[in-house]
Amino acid sequence: MAVLNAKDLTLQYEARKVVEGLTTEIPEGKVTMIVGANACGKSTLLRGLSRLLKPAGGAVTLDGKDIHSRPARELARTLGLLPQHPTAPDGITVRDLVGRGRYPHQGFFRSWSAADDAAVQRALDATDTQQLAERSIDELSGGQRQRVWIAMALAQETDVLLLDEPTTYLDLAHQVEVLDLITDLNRSRGTTVAIVLHDLNLAARYADHVIAMKGGCIVAEGPAPLVVTEELVFNVFGLESRVVPDPISGTPLIVPIGRHHAQTASINELEIAS
Amino acid sequence: MSTLHKLPAELALDDNVSPKQQHQMSLRRVLSPTFFLGLALVVMFAVYVLLGSYTVTIPDFFTIVINHLTGGEKIPGASFIVMEHKLPRAVVGTMIGIAFGLAGALFQTMLRNPLASPDIIGISYGASAAAVTAIVIFGASGAVVSGAALGGALGVAAIIYAISRGGSGVGGGSRGNAAGNRLILAGVGIAAALHAVVNFLMTRADIRTAADALIWLNGSLNSATWDRAGVLAVSLLILIPAVIALAGPLRILELGDDAAAGLGIRVNAARLGLVLTAVGLAAVATAAAGPVAFVAFLSGPIARRIVRKPSLPASALTGALIVLLADFFASNIAPVILDGTVLPVGVITGALGAPFLLWLLVTSNRKEA
Repeated sequence: MAVLNAKDLTLQYEARKVVEGLTTEIPEGKVTMIVGANACGKSTLLRGLSRLLKPAGGAVTLDGKDIHSRPARELARTLGLLPQHPTAPDGITVRDLVGRGRYPHQGFFRSWSAADDAAVQRALDATDTQQLAERSIDELSGGQRQRVWIAMALAQETDVLLLDEPTTYLDLAHQVEVLDLITDLNRSRGTTVAIVLHDLNLAARYADHVIAMKGGCIVAEGPAPLVVTEELVFNVFGLESRVVPDPISGTPLIVPIGRHHAQTASINELEIAS
Repeated sequence: MSTLHKLPAELALDDNVSPKQQHQMSLRRVLSPTFFLGLALVVMFAVYVLLGSYTVTIPDFFTIVINHLTGGEKIPGASFIVMEHKLPRAVVGTMIGIAFGLAGALFQTMLRNPLASPDIIGISYGASAAAVTAIVIFGASGAVVSGAALGGALGVAAIIYAISRGGSGVGGGSRGNAAGNRLILAGVGIAAALHAVVNFLMTRADIRTAADALIWLNGSLNSATWDRAGVLAVSLLILIPAVIALAGPLRILELGDDAAAGLGIRVNAARLGLVLTAVGLAAVATAAAGPVAFVAFLSGPIARRIVRKPSLPASALTGALIVLLADFFASNIAPVILDGTVLPVGVITGALGAPFLLWLLVTSNRKEA
C-alpha cells in the first residue's frame, strides 16, 4: 500500500499561485473527496498530487519519496490518474483502450503478456464493460464511455487512483453508478482513491474522508459528518443552507436555501398572484 | 510494440477462444493487410525496375546485379541503364517514400489532425525556399542544394516549434491539443510567407536557372544516384530505430497529455523526440528529391483505410508505394499521353493529393454533422 502526502505544497501556473503552503495526507485505503467552489484550486491540487504539475515549493511524496524524483513509468505503476478530458483515438475499440492502461507495466523488451490480458479482463469485469469490449468507443453513450475510461485506469492496477471530476456530463443515475463502481474498487482491492467532485451531496455520501478547499488552502478535512456543516458550506461556497441527515445513508445532505421557493415565500407569492 | 494485441470486431463472434488464442489470431489478422502492402511494394519495385521504357528480363536483371557486384562481364547498355539509372532511382524513391510516409503519420498522429503533415505545416516550404535560394542566388547544384534544403527544413521546423511553444500560458487546465493547433497554424502561416519568398526568387531568376529550380520544386527523382541512396540509407538507419522506440509512447500520447502523463510518459520529452524524428525524416527525404507533394500527407490516411487502423509500418509502405507508382506513371505512362513529356514525380502526387484533401474535408464534415 502507498501513502500520498503533500508537504508545504505551492502550485502555480506561470506567475499565478493557485495553491500555497498546503500540507495534507490522502488516507491510505480510503475514499477521499476533494470539494470546494469553482477555482478554489481543487483540480490544481489533484494535478500536483499526480505529477502533472511540478511544485513551485514543497513536495508531494508517495511512501516518503518525492514523486518527481522517481522514474515516470515506475511511479505510474503505483499512482494512477484519470484526467477530466482524456481523448480517445478515432475508432479505437474498448479492449484496445483499456489495454493502454497497461503501458507502465510494459518495458522496452517486455511487450504484451498473459498478465496484461488478465489485468484487462479484470478491469472489464469490474466495470461491467465486458460485453462492450470489441465495440468502438465512438458508438458508446457518455456513461458507458466513462466506465471504459475507469476500466483503463483500473487496468493500470495502481495502489492509489486519482480522479478529476469523473461524473461530469453524466446524468444522476450514471453519476451514482460511477461512484458505486469506485467504491466497489476501494472496498474489494483496498485502492486508495482521491476524487475531485463538484456535487457536495454525493461527495458527502461517498467519502470516507473529505478535504474542503477555499482560495488554494484547506479549510477543513476529516470524515464527512464532521466536515460538512452549515457553517462550512457558507464559508466555502457562500451558500446559506440546511444540512440534514441523508435519509438513505445518514451522511450530511445539503439543502440550499436560496432567495426563492422557501415555503412561506411561495405561499405569499401565490396570494399576491390571486 | 504492443500494437498487436488489438482485436478486430469480428472476433467478438467467437466466444470460445481463450485470450491467448485471440492474441495469436489477432496477430495474424492485423499483420496480414500490412504484409500485403509489403508484398505490393515488392511487386511495384520489380515492375518499376524491369518494365517501362527499357524492359529487362528477370534473369538478365540478376545477371546484371551479380556481375556488377562481382565485377563480371557487363551486358552492353542494359547494365548501365539498370545499375546507374533504374535501380538507384527505385531505391531512392522507396526510401523517400518511407521517410515521407513515416514523417506524415508521426505528425498526424501526434497532433491528432490529418492536416498536420510536414508538407502542409511549412517544413517542406522551408526546404524549398532554402533550395531555391541556393539555386537562383548562389547558382548551386547537386549536394549543395540538398544541404540547403536540409538546413531550411530543420530551421523552419525550429521556428515553428518555438512559435507554437512561446506564450502558451497554461490556463485553468491545459487541454494538450492547444499546443498542436498552434503548431499547425504557425506552420501554415510560415508556409505562406515562404511561398512568397520562392515566388519572388523565381520571378527574378533567368529562365534556365528558373527551370532547374522548378524541377527541384516539383520533386523529382532525376538526380537519384547511389551516393544519394547511401546518404538516405544512413539517415534512415538512425531515424527508423528512433521511430520504433517512440511508437509506444506515441500510442499513449494519443489519449491526451494528462492521461499520458498519468500512464508514466514524460510528455514534453516524448513530444520533442517525436518532432525531431519526424522533421528529420521529412528533411532528409526533401533534401534527396525535393518536396514531392502530398506523399507525407496522403500516406497515413490511405494506410489507415487499408489496414483499418492507424499504423506506422503501413504508412511507411504506402508512402513508398505512392512514390514508385507515381514516378512509374510520370516517366512511362505520362509521355504516351502527353506526346513524350516526362513529368517530375511531384506533379503526379500533387494531382492525387488535391482531390484527396477535398475528399477528406467533405467526409470529415459529414461525420461531424
